[in-house]
Amino acid sequence: MNETILSLMTFLPLVGVLLLFFMPKNSHDLLRGLALGVTILTFLVSLPLVTGFQTNADFQFVKNVPWISAGPFQMNYHVGIDGISLWLVILTTFIMPLAVLSTWTAVEEKVKEYMICLLLLEVGMLGAFISLDLFLFYIFWELMLIPMYFIIGIWGGKQKIYAAIKFFIYTMAGSVLMLVALIALYFLGVKAGMHTFSIINLYTLNIDPAIQTWLFLAFALSFAIKVPLFPVHTWLPLAHTEAPTAGSVILAAILLKMGTYGYVRFAMPLFPDAAARFTPLIATLAVIGIIYAALVAMVQEDVKKLVAYSSVAHLGFVMLGIFALNQQGVAGGMLQMLNHGVSTGALFLIVGFIYERRHTRLISDFGGLSKQMPIFATIFMIVTLSSIGLPGTNGFVGEFLVLLGAFESNLRWYAVVASSGVILSAVYMLWMFQRVMFGELDNPKNQKLKDLNAREIAIMVPLVALIFIMGVYPTPFLDKMAPAIDKVIQQGKTKHVAAATMPQAPLAPEANEVPAPPITIK
Amino acid sequence: METIAIPAINFAAIMPETILSLVAMVLLLVNVFVPTEKKAYLGYLSLIGIIVTFVTVVNGWNAPIELQSAFSGSVLQDKFSLFFKGIFLVSAALSILITDQYMEREGCNQGELYPLILFATAGMMLMASGTDLMTIFLGLEVLSVALYVLAGFNRGNAKSNEAGLKYFLLGAFSTGFLLYGMALTYGATGTTKIAKIAEFVSLNPTYTHNPIFVVGMLLMAVGFSFKIAAAPFHMWTPDVYEGAPTPMTAFMSVGPKAAGFAAFLRVFLIALPAFRPEWSSLLWILAVLTMTVGNVTALYQQNIKRMLAYSSIAHAGYVLVGFVAGNAVGTAGIMFYMLSYAFMNIGAFAIIVLVGRKGEENNNVSDYTGFGFKHPVLGLAMSIFLFSLAGIPPAAGFIGKFYIFSGAIQEGYIWLAIIGVLNSAVSVYYYLRIMVFMYMKDPVEEFDWLKVTPSIAVCLLLAVAGVLIPGIFPAYILEFAQKAVFF
Repeated sequence: MNETILSLMTFLPLVGVLLLFFMPKNSHDLLRGLALGVTILTFLVSLPLVTGFQTNADFQFVKNVPWISAGPFQMNYHVGIDGISLWLVILTTFIMPLAVLSTWTAVEEKVKEYMICLLLLEVGMLGAFISLDLFLFYIFWELMLIPMYFIIGIWGGKQKIYAAIKFFIYTMAGSVLMLVALIALYFLGVKAGMHTFSIINLYTLNIDPAIQTWLFLAFALSFAIKVPLFPVHTWLPLAHTEAPTAGSVILAAILLKMGTYGYVRFAMPLFPDAAARFTPLIATLAVIGIIYAALVAMVQEDVKKLVAYSSVAHLGFVMLGIFALNQQGVAGGMLQMLNHGVSTGALFLIVGFIYERRHTRLISDFGGLSKQMPIFATIFMIVTLSSIGLPGTNGFVGEFLVLLGAFESNLRWYAVVASSGVILSAVYMLWMFQRVMFGELDNPKNQKLKDLNAREIAIMVPLVALIFIMGVYPTPFLDKMAPAIDKVIQQGKTKHVAAATMPQAPLAPEANEVPAPPITIK
Repeated sequence: METIAIPAINFAAIMPETILSLVAMVLLLVNVFVPTEKKAYLGYLSLIGIIVTFVTVVNGWNAPIELQSAFSGSVLQDKFSLFFKGIFLVSAALSILITDQYMEREGCNQGELYPLILFATAGMMLMASGTDLMTIFLGLEVLSVALYVLAGFNRGNAKSNEAGLKYFLLGAFSTGFLLYGMALTYGATGTTKIAKIAEFVSLNPTYTHNPIFVVGMLLMAVGFSFKIAAAPFHMWTPDVYEGAPTPMTAFMSVGPKAAGFAAFLRVFLIALPAFRPEWSSLLWILAVLTMTVGNVTALYQQNIKRMLAYSSIAHAGYVLVGFVAGNAVGTAGIMFYMLSYAFMNIGAFAIIVLVGRKGEENNNVSDYTGFGFKHPVLGLAMSIFLFSLAGIPPAAGFIGKFYIFSGAIQEGYIWLAIIGVLNSAVSVYYYLRIMVFMYMKDPVEEFDWLKVTPSIAVCLLLAVAGVLIPGIFPAYILEFAQKAVFF
């Protein structure tokens, strides 16, 4: 059972896709219900991962079977999770039912196709989080693009086509470079006598620092686009604004985490020397992202765009924490990934609620909504505060750990500058909240607004609960992560030391292996 | 009196070609008795011929004697040629499946079409198994002459006539280059046998500086580049592909290209390894040019056939990357790629045949507005083909590209691989553009003229299977490709 649980969880939505395929096109509630059922079932299937998880640094629930063996290549279906991916997997399965629920009335056209896209997207995301084979990871990584492209392009707003294509091409351009790097990495492994794409084995590879630089840059660029890091973030606000609510929620809550997860799982442990060398650069970009995105968010007139830019700023914190490369920093970064998933996901849902009612997202069209919609106001307030990082909410723990970690590492001054981002985030979020919710209820269209209905409350309650649970008692989350995080840090440091003491670190190919031709750059 | 020893005739070596030519000739006779409205039956008959030929190809593959050489070593049926023969047969069969509906619509359902396709296929097979420059040339001519006629087959259509004539003129011109190159090579080495040329060069290493030999090699490279439509010798492609009847465009873009590569590979890798440094840097440049010109020009095409013509130029560029690598992985990648290209490209053309209207109308990208939701299944199929062409997993096109670029990286051509993958990122734009029209714009047409005949349905089914199954479980076919590599 332990072996199959991950595969079951990942491909369950695919079963849903097949079922949906044969469902009548016009019975929308049936289609929605089926998609919701499948996502809830997937969530339930994923729960044993938490309860059965042993708090240690090993990969668990591992399944490893040969998949493609051809020529020099050996690709495996190798999946498993550790403390780093555990919570991201759970976050994914947790957010998906909410996303489906949020589209109940928002999407009235082409419901069947929409649900198929959502479920396919879930397959891609879960697969990417659990893959321990680089090739498999790449397949899932690319697979995510297709449904998201359609979600933005078909059900999006006015500029949907431009946004969808920009999203696709940006991500694609980054990931093809990663493809080259991962093939090159494979042949480096072959030279050292192992025919495998499995990261567990590739972690042990000692790579010449000069080559590491190139490989790291290729991986890092691909992930940086996904995070998105300044200055390759420009696709994100557009994609967020144009995507339908569920699309934005998934994009913010899960898809962006792919990038930061990629750094923790692949780019940093595989190429620690290069990662160390580029830490100042990446930290600088992260901090620029934090400040720049906050300033841009402040002047946005569109609520959704504001939230989108706040996403860029939050992800900047995550990056800063990860690259601090100490226990607090990485743990903070990881926790902040979850927090961002919960609170920004919730913010996009909230924006979706008012957009569905008013078909506008301009801040100037609102004002005084709190009088008309008290429940909505309360929830919105809680989520806003969580996004700002008020103590007692989840955002605080994450940001605090990140800043603490960064301050204790070499990134001290970056942390100092980044802290101002916390203040800025309070400025733009609260100012937006004030303009939307308080003041005179002067717009006649707003005077007839209905408060949240039962379905909408049902969506928000789990999120609000999590905001408080993770804010007050984050220990269970952090505890499960800690060993894996330690391992990442150790991997980075020991390899760093090893490479420093013997700069070339030649690896003798095993006698029975045919050495591959050397990789040089022509 | 001197006796001339007649070389042993080994029909096993040319079994597929023989059968295919015989079937074609019989069909030509049968054609006389088939009334115009029943010409499609000739198509079914030719399909039977293709299946029978395919069985002989499979038998040849499994035969205990692996190498069947014949006619004093001017043809060689090895696994390399057999694999390519499989590709040719697949592309011929898929193209024939989409032919009858189109020909009826355009009012040019002449029965000669099917024998011509079979002759062209036989020519391609001869190119793939030719181990003598003369055999390769003969095969090429058999192929080309049939193709000139096929390109201009839609007699009533001016563009088709233009395509036929243009293809003929430029094809003849390029054949001249090739033949001249072969003649010079013969002059320099005294033989046209590929193996003997290689032997000669290895015995006379200084000969690589011989200007006649070098010019001969260059001219052959130019001739082959014309045939595979590598930039800057690609100028004929867009006009010919746009003008030719759609099913024939599908056929031309796959089979002959694969045949060109088969001969190109054999001549250069076996006969001219001594020139490896020279021709690989030449091909490096050609590959980069071909990919870039193809992809960048495809970006602003409005006609979907023309767009796919440029895309096929780009694909030739990717294949050239594998050629530059010239190692086992790269060569196996080329074979895998050509096979998947047959499925995905002809699949896409099948959709173009369906959407098109009489007189080659409705072939613009904007004519696909709303198509994806009006015909969800066909739309899904088209999306699968386009994603595969763009090289996005889990489609066969991705595995092919992966293998080709792996070959290049293994040999250290990192920059070539980077240029290649960036090109494939560019190509995503125009493939996605078709999908933008298919799914993201509101439909203006009902597409009610669209009629899926059983033969097209079979073609689409095969094509989707041929894209998805090797995409997810590629090991089986990759293993064949690995075995087919001749070194």
